[in-house]
Amino acid sequence: MSLFRRISNLFFRSRIDQEIDQEITAHIEMRVEENLAAGMSSADARRDALFRFGNRTATKERVTSIDTALMLATIWSDLRYASRQLLKNPLFAGTAILVLGLGIGSSVTLFGFVDAALIRPLPYSRPSRLAAVFESNPIGPRFHLSYLDYLDYKKLNTVFSSLDAYKHDDVLLTTPRGLEQVRGSQVSDGFFRTLGVQPILGRNFAAGEDLPSAPRHVLLSYAAWQNRYGGSSNVLGQSVTLDGNPNTIIGVLPSSFHFAPTEPTEFWSTLHLSMAEDRGAHGLSGIARLKDGVAMNAAVANMTSIGEQLARQYPKEDTGRGSTIAPFGEVILGNMRTILLVLLGGASLLLLIACLNVGSLILVRSESRRREIAVRGALGASHLRLLRQFITEGFLLVSIGTVLGLGSALLAGQLLLRMIPVLVLDRMPYLREAGMNAHVIAFACTVAILALLLFSVLPAMRLYLSGKSLGMQAQLAEGGRGSAGTLWRRVGPTLVLVELATAMVLLTGAGLLGKSFYRLLHTDIGFRPEKLAALGVSASGMNYTTDAQNVVFGKSLVEQLKSLPGVEKVGICSQLPLGEGFGSAGVNIVGRPQSKTRYEENGRVVSSNYFATMGTRLLRGRFFTADDSASKPAVMIINQAFARKYFPDQDPLGQRIYNGDPTHAMEIVGIVEDLKEGPLDVETRPVMYSAFDQEPENWFYVVVRSTLPEQMLLPTLVAAIHQLDPNIATSDETSMSVRLHDSPAAYLHRSSAWLVGGFAAVALLLSVVGLYGVISYSVSRRTREIGVRMAVGAERASVYLLILKEAGKLTAIGILAGLICSVGAAILMRKLLFGTQAWDAATLAAVAVVLAVSAMLASYLPAHRAASVDPAHALRAE
Amino acid sequence: MARNDLQGSLDLLVLKTLAQMGELHGYGIVGHIQRASEELLSVEEGSLYPALHRMEQSGWISSKWALTETNRKAKFYKLTPAGRKQLQIAEESFEQLVKGVRAILRYA
Repeated sequence: MSLFRRISNLFFRSRIDQEIDQEITAHIEMRVEENLAAGMSSADARRDALFRFGNRTATKERVTSIDTALMLATIWSDLRYASRQLLKNPLFAGTAILVLGLGIGSSVTLFGFVDAALIRPLPYSRPSRLAAVFESNPIGPRFHLSYLDYLDYKKLNTVFSSLDAYKHDDVLLTTPRGLEQVRGSQVSDGFFRTLGVQPILGRNFAAGEDLPSAPRHVLLSYAAWQNRYGGSSNVLGQSVTLDGNPNTIIGVLPSSFHFAPTEPTEFWSTLHLSMAEDRGAHGLSGIARLKDGVAMNAAVANMTSIGEQLARQYPKEDTGRGSTIAPFGEVILGNMRTILLVLLGGASLLLLIACLNVGSLILVRSESRRREIAVRGALGASHLRLLRQFITEGFLLVSIGTVLGLGSALLAGQLLLRMIPVLVLDRMPYLREAGMNAHVIAFACTVAILALLLFSVLPAMRLYLSGKSLGMQAQLAEGGRGSAGTLWRRVGPTLVLVELATAMVLLTGAGLLGKSFYRLLHTDIGFRPEKLAALGVSASGMNYTTDAQNVVFGKSLVEQLKSLPGVEKVGICSQLPLGEGFGSAGVNIVGRPQSKTRYEENGRVVSSNYFATMGTRLLRGRFFTADDSASKPAVMIINQAFARKYFPDQDPLGQRIYNGDPTHAMEIVGIVEDLKEGPLDVETRPVMYSAFDQEPENWFYVVVRSTLPEQMLLPTLVAAIHQLDPNIATSDETSMSVRLHDSPAAYLHRSSAWLVGGFAAVALLLSVVGLYGVISYSVSRRTREIGVRMAVGAERASVYLLILKEAGKLTAIGILAGLICSVGAAILMRKLLFGTQAWDAATLAAVAVVLAVSAMLASYLPAHRAASVDPAHALRAE
Repeated sequence: MARNDLQGSLDLLVLKTLAQMGELHGYGIVGHIQRASEELLSVEEGSLYPALHRMEQSGWISSKWALTETNRKAKFYKLTPAGRKQLQIAEESFEQLVKGVRAILRYA
């Protein structure tokens, strides 16, 4: 109780104190006056008065504590009265709470994700000081570093306290059941120190452990420790065989640790590279920590000048290359920042509509409670007391709505998280942290307080205006009927205008995102994804070392799979389409002078029947054949983009391309349509395809066209491969349709389109209901006027027109305002649009029509009611 | 017996005063009690206020701010219907107390 009293004192004590003080002062002054009248000197009069009163402070304390209890009792009774009022009108209370819960729930859910991605720090020490380091090349700014370039950047830079390298390479884990392909990453010795991450068990990699001579040590991810070793603490010192080499486990990483670029890595080992590496072989990414006091710009400048120096020093490998530095947090977020902010914006607009809707409900209700309010006023309730009653009711509504919203946000957050494909979630591991926490609850409370403010200000305005415009008697006599100048007539239409405009913005956003998604899924990907299964294959060991062995490996694998029932065609490729778009080789054309600028393009190795399996069309020349073997002249197939870029007005067929050595040129024998090698939302780059039999590998991807559903076929494929050799590891079993639909680009477009679409649908419903409310109210107020009009001969049609005109005007202004805001909002989110302009006229027009038609439908009902008014009835009614 | 303490007597005096005089502020109540008891009873003036506020909380009296004859703002108290009932109960229980005390004093 004492705690409760202290809290309540915070709010009420000062006012109570003041009143008690006044009362006591009045008492003493009256005694002084009387004493003076009785002839005492003024000093004596005051002394006597104070003496008779006794201990003033103690008295005041006692009175205050009594009054505080009284105040609490009043609040309690206000609350009870408010709940009775709400229970008496369950439809109003239910609607208001539901709408509020919906608005608060959706915005809190989205805020949970925004918090996880943008507000909470990454699990590293001072994550804002981390920079991602890439090497740029003629294709783009963010490509891999070569080992020697990395060492030079590390040695020469003056801006980083440390610069480390990592690469992500799946490894073959030896298990009792055979080989298993698992996620692995290789890092330089200082990698975890740069991040500021300490193992929870065992030790970190020590300096020098990434030298070729160093013993092989691994750190386990927390998940690997739990899943593969049952979280046992004697895992340290155990041996684990990766790619055929024994490694010693030296530590376990914390469960909070994640590293988006290489998730979900289970085994972290060190790089074992030496100075003998080829400067032209790129496979590393860099992570660096800025020295204290060094800004990102300064780091960029320093690294750029080192890049120029390296290009001068090693013209053969580094011409056209440089470095790219960016804040690490930004790099792993990508366009998630924009996506999340757009979604949170959408949810906030929905919340705004929800609040306006409930606000107008409260206002309408306060209109119909005029008589009750007038009676209470007549019985002596002050304006302040009445206002407190409104605030108490608003408080009840908002509290229940907030609790409902928080509950649904908790559920929705979990649900959304579960709906994100694992592939996508692995790239955004920070989203796994989304959920209830102090930030989210603080956000919900802020929203609740703002809503409560809105719901208190509106009725307060009403009280103030009604006090001014009408005497109490008039209000008592008038009862439920409204009169000219009521607040609802002034504010109601404005609220509806804002709601309509907001709904328009949300609908436009949903329309544009939907159109982008449609465009994205219907981009020409250059292959038929239906009934096309794919999986990765990798073999290691004595039988898979020479080129000749690997040619045989590829051939026998294709033959093995082709013999399976239902399988039609089988192809091999070095990388699956719809990937990251890495893998490049230099481009030099025989017969053209070597240019100063260096050209590099994507390179892929494919088998002779790959394009036929994919369903990619040949435009000119020929596909590879079984005849294109190592003993025959080297051949190459290019895509349209390559032909356009390098041979704009020349026949590419018969031209010869070489990477570095002119004696190893390949002749272009065919041109295929643009097969989408990179992400869906990126334009297809020029690509060079070479023949598998001429550049064989012991790891690659297999694509299988069949008559069977992919999910049924995949286990058969894996079994058949293991039948060939149980030591061949398979990975990434998938269907190309899933790869297309769950690719990060498609997923992000799809989910944002659906979410904003959902917000827009609710917004449309709420705003149209709001319009219906305003028009219905106006009709009920104008019943008498309509009766008169009809009595003097107005047609029904003209009554319809009268009402629809009122609704039409509101809708038109709402749509117009919405149109302007929509274009503004769309420009803000244009980064998310694909193949769609922010001012896409078709979308804007369609949205305007949808809104206009819904608005007209909503006002048809009240218009119909108005037109059915019986003049005789209406005239008598009041 | 427990309710027949001194505090109970103060309540009774205040209620009775308000019943006789109608609306009155705290200072007026003190003055009335002194005059009506022919200066026999004089309450410590400050102790009146906790009693007034407690009785207001119990719903026996109600208060409002108004001006005195000398144009001073003061808080005026008046009896509520519940207070009138309470007065009756208090009067009866006071009679009991007086009877009881007198019986003990006369016991020889």
